[in-house]
Amino acid sequence: MSIAQDSGPPKVSLIYDPKVRSIAYQVILCAIIIFLAYSAVRNAIDNLARAHIASGFGFWNQTAGFDISQTLISYTAQSGTYGRAFWIGLLNTLLVAAIGIVLATIVGFLVGIARLSKNFLLARLSAGYVEMIRNVPLLLQLLFWYNAVLKALPDLRDSWSLPGSIYLNNRGFFAPYPIFSGGIELVVAAFVVGVIGALGFSIWARKRQEQTGQQSPVALVSLGLIIGLPIIAFFAAGMPATLEFPEKGRFNIRGGLEILPEFVALLIGLTLYTGAFIAEVVRAGIMAVSKGQTEAAGALGLRTGPTLKLVVIPQAMRVIIPPLTNQYLNLTKNSSLAVFVGYPDLVQIFTGTVLNQTGQAVEVVSITMAVYLTISLLTSLTMNWYNSRIALVER
Amino acid sequence: MSIAAQDDLNVPDAHYVRVGQVDALPPPIAASGAIGWMRANLFSSPANILLTLLTAALILWIVPPVIEFVFTHAVWSGADREACLPTADRPEVGACWAFVRDRFSYFIYGSYPIPERWRVDIFFAMLAIGIFWMLWLEAPRRDLGALYFFVIVPIVSYILLTGMPLLGLRKVDTSLWGGVLVTIVVSWVGIVFSLPIGILLALGRRSTMPAVKLLSVIFIEFVRGVPLITVLFMASVMLPLFVPDAYSPDKLLRALIGIAMFASAYMAEVVRAGLQAMPKGQYEGAMAVGLGYWQMMYLIILPQALKITIPNIVNTYIGLFKDTTLVVIVGIFDFLHTVEVSRIDPKWAAPTTSATGYVFAAIFYFIFCFSMSRYAKGVEARLGKADRR
Repeated sequence: MSIAQDSGPPKVSLIYDPKVRSIAYQVILCAIIIFLAYSAVRNAIDNLARAHIASGFGFWNQTAGFDISQTLISYTAQSGTYGRAFWIGLLNTLLVAAIGIVLATIVGFLVGIARLSKNFLLARLSAGYVEMIRNVPLLLQLLFWYNAVLKALPDLRDSWSLPGSIYLNNRGFFAPYPIFSGGIELVVAAFVVGVIGALGFSIWARKRQEQTGQQSPVALVSLGLIIGLPIIAFFAAGMPATLEFPEKGRFNIRGGLEILPEFVALLIGLTLYTGAFIAEVVRAGIMAVSKGQTEAAGALGLRTGPTLKLVVIPQAMRVIIPPLTNQYLNLTKNSSLAVFVGYPDLVQIFTGTVLNQTGQAVEVVSITMAVYLTISLLTSLTMNWYNSRIALVER
Repeated sequence: MSIAAQDDLNVPDAHYVRVGQVDALPPPIAASGAIGWMRANLFSSPANILLTLLTAALILWIVPPVIEFVFTHAVWSGADREACLPTADRPEVGACWAFVRDRFSYFIYGSYPIPERWRVDIFFAMLAIGIFWMLWLEAPRRDLGALYFFVIVPIVSYILLTGMPLLGLRKVDTSLWGGVLVTIVVSWVGIVFSLPIGILLALGRRSTMPAVKLLSVIFIEFVRGVPLITVLFMASVMLPLFVPDAYSPDKLLRALIGIAMFASAYMAEVVRAGLQAMPKGQYEGAMAVGLGYWQMMYLIILPQALKITIPNIVNTYIGLFKDTTLVVIVGIFDFLHTVEVSRIDPKWAAPTTSATGYVFAAIFYFIFCFSMSRYAKGVEARLGKADRR
């Protein structure tokens, strides 16, 4: 006994052993979490049984029985199921998010660059826009666009009509819509060929530049292939499309493309709001490129255009991409505010109407959250991959 | 010799040679002053001139109508909608400020009982003192201030606002709360809870214990991956299921839990960035002098890490303040919702009532958020100055 004490490190009580302590802490923490989860589930089962609410995902195939104002896939109140309503909501969310991302990027880059302009008025106007938009809640802006602007448009009878059978009133925005007939496949095929051709050309051009140093007009050729080829195919196929014009009746407008005011309000709100944040991201990114880079490019004899294209923008993009991704995700998540203006997005249809009709809160909210989590994770993964490709390679 | 020769030349009499220095001419008028400034900043090139003209046109298109709406054509007093209706001799009606004046106390207190509203005023005053104490970086006894802000004010204001019959304060149900009161309460609870929970989560995420780390990462990434609305929905419809019926929280508390969860996850990431910015030597130095984990964090790491994160913390608070508008989804009358309810009140149904309400709300949020962001910028500049020494 005494021999063992003399050799080796002094024996300490187990309580003071950091390893044992750390394991003990973790076991206690896990026990607390498991206990909380267990009691939550038990309470939920009790409460659901008392309220006579079914659990499980059986409601997915039941008939929904409510109407949806904007459906990208076919749906009727009589035959549509809750599951189909879910897909419609998801598609509507993705639609507004996708268009919003494109528009917000354009607005953001324009304003961000304008804010750095040497032109005093322009820089101040952009700064004013950014400060104004960023400091007012998005919900307030959405309500303003919807209730104070779009709902204040004239009613159907006094619609504003623009040339080309475009009508604007408080029921939405009506425009001609192309209807395709046979032969349109040729145009689609031409478009696909054009995209592939443009990709091929840019790869070839890069190889050529690496080997010989000669540059090729990639942008022009790609544009010609992607846009020109389908146009030629369109005429070659004998113009297989006709425009369907909206017809204004006394009580409604029939035919053509109908864009809901809810959609427009949401789109304007999201675009302007996220655009202001993207503008700040872009400004920070451009300012992060040190002035020495521009000067060195000038010393090498590059003019302003090539300096921007070859020196400043590639380095600024490295700083811009991660926060830009964040803004894209924010826009997608913020599109859930659609519920406040009544645009039928995922939250409005599923967490709103379906939840109210079925009462299955746990399932419905979990599914909604899972959808947004999936979108977030997928975007993060893609952007991380892209980011690692363009990141600075250090020793 | 040479001196004598110079004298012979009799230089002073030669009028064609100048002896004194002439004063410099002022710079050409086109290069200085207002004109020079305009030339450099507005009209330096044809493209710039075009930009200036376009921007000026845009400003002229936007600003005068806004001024007309807010000031010149506005209606400042009146008893009901009649005051704000367009009439024959006044076809253009601007903002209906009479509506805002009429509804002002509702916007501030919601349906809080009128005889008890002094309690809300005291709460606002206490909070203002606390905020001032915390924001003024040279204030005396900021440790006391933190105690006051994070412990005393919450307890006192809870008693004050909900009421305590023992002290002669009538109970006021939270369903009667509304307006600015609710907006402030919700954002302040978010602020008070998100910082400590966020710090714990950030420490957990950087912990060496795998279970702690995993749980923190799951919580943070889960909450940050979903919209606030769904978190509020969860707090509103799922939370009551998870607790026994008797303990079912009231609406306001549910929203507060949702907001606090949401803000904590974002705060955790902000704090983590600050922790990561600390040089490793700080950790090693603290351990070398024999400090334990919590002592090291409390005495060495967090004071430095939090100081450099102040601007980001304030920015998170701005986001939180704006996000409080979403609590209306669980049926709470926050400031924006009181505006929304009032604007559709038939008593004030006039063409410009909605726009007036929104403009008023926008001004309110703008003042709060803009001053917070200015403060964050100021602190950032101060910290930058300290670093440059």
